[in-house]
Amino acid sequence: MSSLFMFEKPLGMRDSLPEIYETKYIVKQKMDKEIKQWGYQFIETPTLEYYETVGAASAILDQQLFKLLDQQGHTLVLRPDMTAPIARLAASKLLNEDLPLRLAYNASVFRAQQREGGRPAEFEQIGVEYIGDKTVSADGEGIALMISLLEKAGVQKYQLSVGHIGFVQAFFEQILGTKERADALTKYLYEKNYVGYRQHVDNLSLSSIDKQRLHDFLKLRGGEEIIPLAYKLIENGSGTQAIDDLQQLWDILLDYGVENQVRFDLTLVSHMSYYTGILYEAYAEGVGFPIGSGGRYDLLLAKFGKNTGATGFAIRIDHLLEALGSLARKSDIHCILFSGDRRKEAFELAKQKRADGFKVITQDINGVGNVDACTKQYDEITLLVGKAGMEVVK
Amino acid sequence: MSDILTIAMPKGRIFEEAAELLREAGYQLPQEFDDSRKLIIDVEEENFRFILAKPMDVPTYVEHGVADLGIAGKDVMLEEERDVYELLDLKISACYLAVAGLPNTKLNEIAPRIATKYPNVAAAYFREQGSQVEIIKLNGSIEIAPIIGLTDRIVDIVSTGKTLVENGLVEYEKIVDITSRLIVNPVSYRMKDKRISDLVDRVNVVVRAVQK
Repeated sequence: MSSLFMFEKPLGMRDSLPEIYETKYIVKQKMDKEIKQWGYQFIETPTLEYYETVGAASAILDQQLFKLLDQQGHTLVLRPDMTAPIARLAASKLLNEDLPLRLAYNASVFRAQQREGGRPAEFEQIGVEYIGDKTVSADGEGIALMISLLEKAGVQKYQLSVGHIGFVQAFFEQILGTKERADALTKYLYEKNYVGYRQHVDNLSLSSIDKQRLHDFLKLRGGEEIIPLAYKLIENGSGTQAIDDLQQLWDILLDYGVENQVRFDLTLVSHMSYYTGILYEAYAEGVGFPIGSGGRYDLLLAKFGKNTGATGFAIRIDHLLEALGSLARKSDIHCILFSGDRRKEAFELAKQKRADGFKVITQDINGVGNVDACTKQYDEITLLVGKAGMEVVK
Repeated sequence: MSDILTIAMPKGRIFEEAAELLREAGYQLPQEFDDSRKLIIDVEEENFRFILAKPMDVPTYVEHGVADLGIAGKDVMLEEERDVYELLDLKISACYLAVAGLPNTKLNEIAPRIATKYPNVAAAYFREQGSQVEIIKLNGSIEIAPIIGLTDRIVDIVSTGKTLVENGLVEYEKIVDITSRLIVNPVSYRMKDKRISDLVDRVNVVVRAVQK
């Protein structure tokens, strides 16, 4: 292995320079405030978790986990998402009374990748988990809050696609008979391979009516109008409950007044086994990847010993910034350049300006090699040098 | 402006057939299209922008969203495993992936070596057959590898089989049939739903007509 250069970082790691930091900070603050106003409480969990518990319960593929050993020989992971740690915390500490919990986070998660650039291995997520409520109202609140956050962040053009994994499973099992055969077909949706899906369906020994039903399933994308189509396809059985859910969700979204931002897409399968009900993804114009995703995961809490439902979502800050496009203006800092004999005056002026809300640095003029470069860097320069008087440059 | 559809087209073998397909679907593509050396061609009448790319790179452009749509061989899709929608089998540029080698030879049992442009596909295929092989990646003229003694077998595209015959190779196993696919970026599939669905429907009509 060749020796590393000073400027190198591990694959997929990024720095945030002041302007990016500032942009991120402003956007996060807006969303943070909105989340709090919806009554969610922020928490923090450790960066490292046990592989056996949180690592295994996480929705992230094993090969994407960063693993290391602690001194006792336990395998640890850098948290690959925030949902599993929050499920651990909620199940072990917080879920004592029979009351729904609303928790929020803003944290970095870690996912190893070896493929190529454009995919950070560490990125920030802001998100919420709504635990202990199995009603569709909880799903609706998640979607409405996500939309509200995208609005507050200032994303211009975006859309949410909403699916229901319970419908997919019930519908496929109704036609195909077993879970294994249903899963085999679901995998094509997960891989977004419609061509493979159609070929697979054509090769199944089914009546032509059932084959047509499976082909027609791919068309279940759109607004409220797909709900009767879905009822027609499923005919009867447990899948109708899922469509009832979607109808109810639509009514809830109407009550929130956010239906224009939402489309149904019943072919949406964002994970093979993690989600259990309504799930959704958010897309923004100009960004090639989803900027956020979420859904109901009623089986996760059981892995930590609590049998209760939960739903939540996460927004990826890096993709969100891409959607916003422009960076924050270089920050508006004022500079007071002083010489030794007027130091106290400089400090007092700075104190006063800071009290007025300005960002102020005080700089000993002897500490600056290049005064011209220094003056260019700041919005306003105040010179407190020499005997008396004050000169404001710029 | 946001209505522009960006389509990544593979240069070479598939290009002409793909362009023909779009014309038959009623899209007005200029004649210069076919023999241009430009990498980006705007077709204002149709609000299209075409990116002419190496076939292997088409799914990359589409996955990152710099192209909304693309036309890519299934061979490339299998090799690259990109997170894109594979919406239509265009049934053009039919061929298949196969294992080939010199006649009457066997895989070396201790260090079975395979030369290929498709290391992921080749490794996965032999793993499914229950054997672990060593993959040597080449970028072209794969048929040379067995002749000059680099590997015992190759995994490559076969269309007519002529190249194999001319180089004294025989086909041992067929791996999978290949045709070109219409692929779509998952975000574009939602944000430009109407235009993309319209294009998919129009192209689908042509594909079905050709089949009959």
